[in-house]
Amino acid sequence: MAKTLFEKIWDAHVVHKAPDGTCLIYIDRHLIHEVTSPQAFEGLRMAGRKVRNIQATLAVADHNVPTTDRALGIKDPESKLQIETLEQNVEEFGITYFGMSDKRQGIVHIIGPEQGFTQPGMTIVCGDSHTSTHGAFGALAFGIGTSEVEHVLATQTLIQKPAKTMRITVEGDLHDCVTAKDIVLHIIGLIGTAGGTGYVIEYAGSAIRNLSMEGRMTICNMSIEAGARAGLIAPDQTTFEYIKDRPMAPQGDDWDRAVTWWDSLPTDDGALFDKEIHIDANDIAPSVTWGTSPQDVLPITGVVPDPENESDPNKKAAMLRALDYMGLTAGTNLTDVVIDKVFIGSCTNGRIEDLRAAAKVIEGQHVSPHVQAMIVPGSGLVKEQAEREGLDKIFLDAGFEWREPGCSLCLGMNEDRLNAGERCASTSNRNFEGRQGRGSRTHLLSPAMAAAAAITGKLTDIRKL
Amino acid sequence: MQPFVKLTSIPAPLPLINIDTDMIIPKQFLRTIKRTGLASGLFFEMRFDDHGAPKPDFVLNRDPYTSSTILVAGDNFGCGSSREHAPWALLDFGIRCIIAPSYSDIFFNNCFKNGILPIAIPQEQVDALLKVGSDKKEITIDLDQQKIVCGNDVYDFDVDPFRKQCLMNGLDDIGLTLEKESFISSYEEKRAEEKPWL
Ligand code: SF4
Repeated sequence: MAKTLFEKIWDAHVVHKAPDGTCLIYIDRHLIHEVTSPQAFEGLRMAGRKVRNIQATLAVADHNVPTTDRALGIKDPESKLQIETLEQNVEEFGITYFGMSDKRQGIVHIIGPEQGFTQPGMTIVCGDSHTSTHGAFGALAFGIGTSEVEHVLATQTLIQKPAKTMRITVEGDLHDCVTAKDIVLHIIGLIGTAGGTGYVIEYAGSAIRNLSMEGRMTICNMSIEAGARAGLIAPDQTTFEYIKDRPMAPQGDDWDRAVTWWDSLPTDDGALFDKEIHIDANDIAPSVTWGTSPQDVLPITGVVPDPENESDPNKKAAMLRALDYMGLTAGTNLTDVVIDKVFIGSCTNGRIEDLRAAAKVIEGQHVSPHVQAMIVPGSGLVKEQAEREGLDKIFLDAGFEWREPGCSLCLGMNEDRLNAGERCASTSNRNFEGRQGRGSRTHLLSPAMAAAAAITGKLTDIRKL
Repeated sequence: MQPFVKLTSIPAPLPLINIDTDMIIPKQFLRTIKRTGLASGLFFEMRFDDHGAPKPDFVLNRDPYTSSTILVAGDNFGCGSSREHAPWALLDFGIRCIIAPSYSDIFFNNCFKNGILPIAIPQEQVDALLKVGSDKKEITIDLDQQKIVCGNDVYDFDVDPFRKQCLMNGLDDIGLTLEKESFISSYEEKRAEEKPWL
C-alpha cells in the first residue's frame, strides 16, 4: 500500500501497539536544554533511574546564555543556577554537552543539524516546541513537555497515537525577494494558528524542493505556529549533501546503507493524506505580522486591518486587543510603522544563509539613528563561518551589534529584552504579547526585510529599497 | 500524581481565544528548577500591574474565582511554547480541569501528565459554561461518566480511554512503559542490526 513519509517513519518506530491504537514509539535522538530539563533529571534521580541511551542524547545551554562577553559569567542568579544544574546533570548522567565556551554551542535546533546529529527517517524530540525544525531533514521531530523528557530519558520511548496527515504543496517559482520565511508566514496566515492542530504537515512542491536546507528548516521550524505537531520535507540530494561528512553523520559503509534507507522514505505516489492544501508560489509576497499572533500576517504592501470588518465576535475581540497592544491604528500602511529595534537571529533565522541575506542588504548602508539593531548567530560555528566570510565586518560597519550565539531576544530569558512599548522587527517566530519583554511589540519578518527595516527605521518593502 | 475522579467548582470564565503558554506563564518564571511554586507567575501580565499589584478586574483575582478549580476559555488554548510550566502553574493555583473548544497538542498532552483534565467541547457549550461561570454557579465534572453537570444541563465529553485510566488512578507513565521493557530491548536489538549507524 502506498504510504506517506510520515507513515513510513512512524511504522519503523513502533515498539508496541495496544489494542486501542496507543503506541509506544522509539526515539532515536533526544536534544536537551537547560530550561525544560531540570525537573526531568530530578525525577530520574528520585526514582533511581538512568538515562537509557546516552548516545542518543545531546545537551546544550541556549535560552539563558548571555550574548555579550561570556568571560563575565551570568549575572542573573536564577539563570546561572539553571545552567549549572544542567552541567551537573549531564556530568552525573554521562551525556554529551556543548558548554558555553565550546564553539559548537548554540541554539539547540541549530546545533543538531550542524553536527549531523539530525538525520532523515529518525524520530527526534526535545523539550521545546520548535523541535519541528528538524523535520526539514525528513525526520519526525516534535516538541514535548518535561514529563515526556523524563519519559524519554528513562525509556527512550514515548506513548503516542499517530497524527493525522496534511500535505501543503507550494508549486511554482517564488518572486524576487520572497524567502522561506515569507512562505511559512503566508501558510500560517492562510490556515491559522490552529489550522495544523492534530496534524503532521508535509511540505511539498517545487518551491519547497528548490529551497536550501536552511530555508527548509525555517519552514519546518514554524510548523508549530500553525499548530501542527510536526513538519516534514522529503529527504533528497540537497539533504544528503548537507549531512555528508558532518561529525555525527554515518561514515563509510554505514553512509551508503543510510542513504539507501533515506532514499526509500519519500511519500509514495498515490499515498493519501487526511488533508491537502495547494498554494501557488506566485501568490506569496514579502510578508510581515501586524498583531500578536503569527497568523496576523499580511504582505508588506498591506494596511493594518480594521476589526469592524470582522464578523466573528471572538476574532473581533482578539483583533481589538491586538491593535491596542501593538499601538497600531486600522488603515495605517505597514510601511509607515516606525521601529525601535531589529533582531536577526533565533532558530528560525539564525543560520549562515540568513546572515548572508541580511549582509547583502546591509552592505555599505547604515542603521537608522533611532534604531538599535543586533545580530545573534544561531551557533558558535555559524558565527565563525560568518566571520570567515567577513560578514561581521559588514554588520559592525553598518552599526549592528555582533553578539555571541543563543536564543537571546527571541524570548528574552537572558538580558536581551525589549522595554514596554518598544517595537521590534524580528526574524524570530512568535509575536505573542510579552514575548520579547513585558509590553514588547514584535513584527515577524525575513532576515532581508529585518535588515531593510534597520536601515530605514520603518517596516520596509525590500523590493523598493 | 493525584487521581482525578470528580470535581465540583464555580468555573472561572476567561473568554479569550489563542491563550498561549507565554501568557499563562511568562519567561521570567521558567528559570526555576522545580515544578512547584509557579502559581505566583500564572497569567502574570494579565493578573498583575507594573508594580506587581493584583489587577482587580482579572478573573482569577476576584472571588469566588480565586478558589476555582475549573477554568473555561476560548479556542486554541495553550498554543505556543511546549513549557510544562504552564500546566504546573495552573495546577499550583489549584486548577484541575480546563474547558475550551480546542487546545494545542503539546499543552493538551502536558495536562494529562500532571493530573489536569483538558475537556474539548463545542463552542456553544463553552459559551453556556462561560455564562454559568459569570453567574457564579457550580458545575461538576464526572470523569468516570464523562459528563459535565450543571443544574439540569448535562454535557458529554470525550476522553482517550488510556488517559482516562491514568488520570483516574493517578498512574505514572514511566512505570507503565517500563513494564514493556522486553519490547523495548528487542526493538533495540533489531535496530542495532538493521541501522548500526544510529
Ligand atoms: S531561538 Fe527562540 S524559539 Fe528557538 S529555541 Fe530559542 S527561544 Fe525557542
